[in-house]
Amino acid sequence: MELPTQTFRITRADLVRYAGASGDFNPIHWSDRTATKVGLPGVIAHGMFTMALVGRAVTTWAGAPDAVVDFGVRFTRPVVVPDDDQGTEIEVNAVVKEVTEEGLTRLDVTATCLGDKVLSQARATVRTPADR
Amino acid sequence: MSLDPSFVGRTYPPTAPYQVGREKIREFATAVGATDPAHHDPEAARALGHPDVVAPPTFPVVITMAASRQIVEDPALGVDYSRVVHGDQRFGYTRPVVAGDELVCVNTIEDVTTRGGHGFLTTRTDVSTTAGEPVVAVWSKIVVRGEA
Repeated sequence: MELPTQTFRITRADLVRYAGASGDFNPIHWSDRTATKVGLPGVIAHGMFTMALVGRAVTTWAGAPDAVVDFGVRFTRPVVVPDDDQGTEIEVNAVVKEVTEEGLTRLDVTATCLGDKVLSQARATVRTPADR
Repeated sequence: MSLDPSFVGRTYPPTAPYQVGREKIREFATAVGATDPAHHDPEAARALGHPDVVAPPTFPVVITMAASRQIVEDPALGVDYSRVVHGDQRFGYTRPVVAGDELVCVNTIEDVTTRGGHGFLTTRTDVSTTAGEPVVAVWSKIVVRGEA
């Protein structure tokens, strides 16, 4: 079963806010000068910020903020965030792989930015919502 | 970047306790756009059976990233942090993190490999309360890029 697509906009302001909240002040997430010096096209989102947005998608699908039992991803491609008001957008999709008798639901998740996959092997196990 | 495989299985001493604050959870939830009342309002969290506001699923990285400095700054292992790229991340929960938790991290090196000139380091951080109750296990794989 496919779950409804969710999209998330990411701007430079979001990266600054996430840097402060998470304590990850790596300059590749706020300085174009640093990012391009290490061979990136420009400032990129924290992988953990992308994962947090996917986590929001997962808890929304599960219908409960505390439903996540297991959640893992592999970061495959950076999410480049331009210095403008629009920023960029990631699209998150998931399919239900399994609903276990123990009350757990396993999801396979994909996340793309401008059509490119930014995560692979993204999987989440959540407590099965009561209405399913 | 060659990493010493003899580090596999090494466990580091527990980190100093981290006090999970209600405002920190609110700040993190706001930063990732998590608006569910259970992340912000203790009453909403209690209605779900938790003692205080509930952290979003990736919140433990705030604690484990700081704790993992123990490993990446271990001079004997010799990771060049300026060459580090985040590979994989996984959280396996016993229960969600909530405000008021006092959490201790124990880092273990699960795997060290070198492939194509790059070093790969997989760590597991067992996060538990100071009373010894397990909360979440956090796996992280970093890639230490080789000199081009």
